[in-house]
Amino acid sequence: MMPQKSTVASSTARHAASREDPVWVRVLLIGLAFLVIGVLIVIPVANVFYQAFRGGAGVYWKNLVSDPDTRHSIFLTLTVAPVAVALNVVFGVAAAWLITRFKFPGRTFLTTLLDLPFAISPVVAGLMFMLMFGLQGYMGPWLRDHGIKIVFAYPGLVLVTAFVTMPFIARELIPVMDAIGSDEEIAAVSLGANGWQTFWRITIPNIKWGLLYGVILCNARAMGEFGAVHVVSGHISGQTDTMPLRVEKLFQEYNNPGSFAVASVLTALAIVTLFLKIWLEHKTSHELAEARDVGVT
Amino acid sequence: MAGLKGFGVCSLAVLLVSLVGCGAESPAGKPEAGRAPASAGAKNYELLNVSYDPTRELWKDLNGAFAAQYQKDSGNTVEIKQSHGGSSSQARAVIDGLEADVVTLAMWQDTEAISKKGLIKEGWEERLPNRSLPYSSTIVFVVRKGNPKGIKEWTDLVKADVQVITPNPKTSGNGKLSFLAAWGSVVLNGGSEDDAQAFVKKLYLNVPVLDTGARGSTTTFAQKGIGDVHLGWENEARLEVKEANGDLEIVYPKQSILAEPHIAVVDGNVDRKGTREASESYLKFLYTDAGQEIIAKHFYRPADEAILKKHAEAFPQIDLFPITKIAAGWDEAQKKFFAEGALFDAIYQPSGK
Repeated sequence: MMPQKSTVASSTARHAASREDPVWVRVLLIGLAFLVIGVLIVIPVANVFYQAFRGGAGVYWKNLVSDPDTRHSIFLTLTVAPVAVALNVVFGVAAAWLITRFKFPGRTFLTTLLDLPFAISPVVAGLMFMLMFGLQGYMGPWLRDHGIKIVFAYPGLVLVTAFVTMPFIARELIPVMDAIGSDEEIAAVSLGANGWQTFWRITIPNIKWGLLYGVILCNARAMGEFGAVHVVSGHISGQTDTMPLRVEKLFQEYNNPGSFAVASVLTALAIVTLFLKIWLEHKTSHELAEARDVGVT
Repeated sequence: MAGLKGFGVCSLAVLLVSLVGCGAESPAGKPEAGRAPASAGAKNYELLNVSYDPTRELWKDLNGAFAAQYQKDSGNTVEIKQSHGGSSSQARAVIDGLEADVVTLAMWQDTEAISKKGLIKEGWEERLPNRSLPYSSTIVFVVRKGNPKGIKEWTDLVKADVQVITPNPKTSGNGKLSFLAAWGSVVLNGGSEDDAQAFVKKLYLNVPVLDTGARGSTTTFAQKGIGDVHLGWENEARLEVKEANGDLEIVYPKQSILAEPHIAVVDGNVDRKGTREASESYLKFLYTDAGQEIIAKHFYRPADEAILKKHAEAFPQIDLFPITKIAAGWDEAQKKFFAEGALFDAIYQPSGK
């Protein structure tokens, strides 16, 4: 409980210090903060919806559903993102398990590698896959001879999206699993549970909120992915254009209402994600605190 | 711990299986698997047309007209997908395996680059009428309402108080053509190559922003309101002026370059996919009266003399000079002007004023 007490103490100290500041400093600083957030975040986001709904709700709806290419882009995003997330759930759980439950040489290096997709520019990520699976790449000619399409098709979109969003779930699970520790799992095994039983009855219930949190972040990023997908998509309208690519295309075609209509859907998804995130943060911090209590006593 | 290790192995196995599973389902998941005959007699084709940036509206119209015509003539149905982007990057995508049945790119050298990789047979330029050019276009000026700076000719572009908007010649077809048109305006009117070099150097000092593509420049000029004159595709300029509702005007210089957006069937792809016949019919349709009319409607200059004459007032007669007047061909122009360290690099310093 020590760390929590000290944070409480320091935050009360900060409160006291801020109360000693003159009124005008407080008003100025708070005002500035609101101004910056308003100008940089609230107004642009509100404007997306304003532009989208400028012609009224009927026009808005028509912009979303009457164009088959736009419809397809929504469908495509809703099919690419979940598959990429599913891949990352399997990968993330396995990676977090490996890193938190075993000591082996190169463990730190592996943890660092996990973050690589965050550090690499998405455009470069797209090009990496192009150089692997493109016709001029190492595997391209073989794939073409066997009738397998990766880049400029659905599998390529899933692969780059999964790559770019890879760290989210593992990154979320590693601290959770570290905090919980392996005591319960060892106890389960010592009582005769096999690997699967331990996993489903001990590990998953322990990490479920952290996992869900990771899934939500991963999904939000996957739906919004632009750079890497831009490289491997081939920009075929009604076939390989995802929602973010569709937004760009409509904008370039002077179709501002259509473009903002699609953009507003993406923005709405982001806002929903945000609320889910806040709710889950409460959940996970609670669970983590509980786990810590159990660990200390 | 043995049990835990067992679980580790298990989860690794699950990971592998799911990855392999994804790989195996991939080919089945691709949407365009069904090129096989739909019924006994009629076939159903799906073609992909890879084109450059400002032609979206044109091809949407042409595709619909062709599909109807093709079904009437052959009984087969055809659906045409479109892909648009910067001309060179589109060529690059086809080289990397984007399965285009036909390419309709802005610049000769982009189609030639695909041909050099063996995807289009040599001599492609001679396989379709009019050197594979169903239409041509040119570079014209767009100015602000009332033409406050009085811009009429190429020579007006180097005046000290004129700001010129045009895309980067290194990345854009529009950019290359603007440069070549400016160059031609000097050397074809008695100027020497040195005069031309001094002229373009002065001109590009007047360019405050070099966008990477045609649509980017249009946005800079029309929507952000930067610059006094925009050098753009004729068709793009017409669209731009229409969108601006009277705030912009078009100005035709006496002389400009003849832009030649070539078309070609991508042999390597159509032979593998079995779409050669449909693809060739598609491109030949562009030369029919119906095709040429649609082309004219979208402000591209039709190749057919009679139809061009019919729309004479939409296409003011100006002196359009071909690339061969100022260089041996597109290939040589690319090397001389736009290659790394070539003339454009010598005259243009982005850090300059």
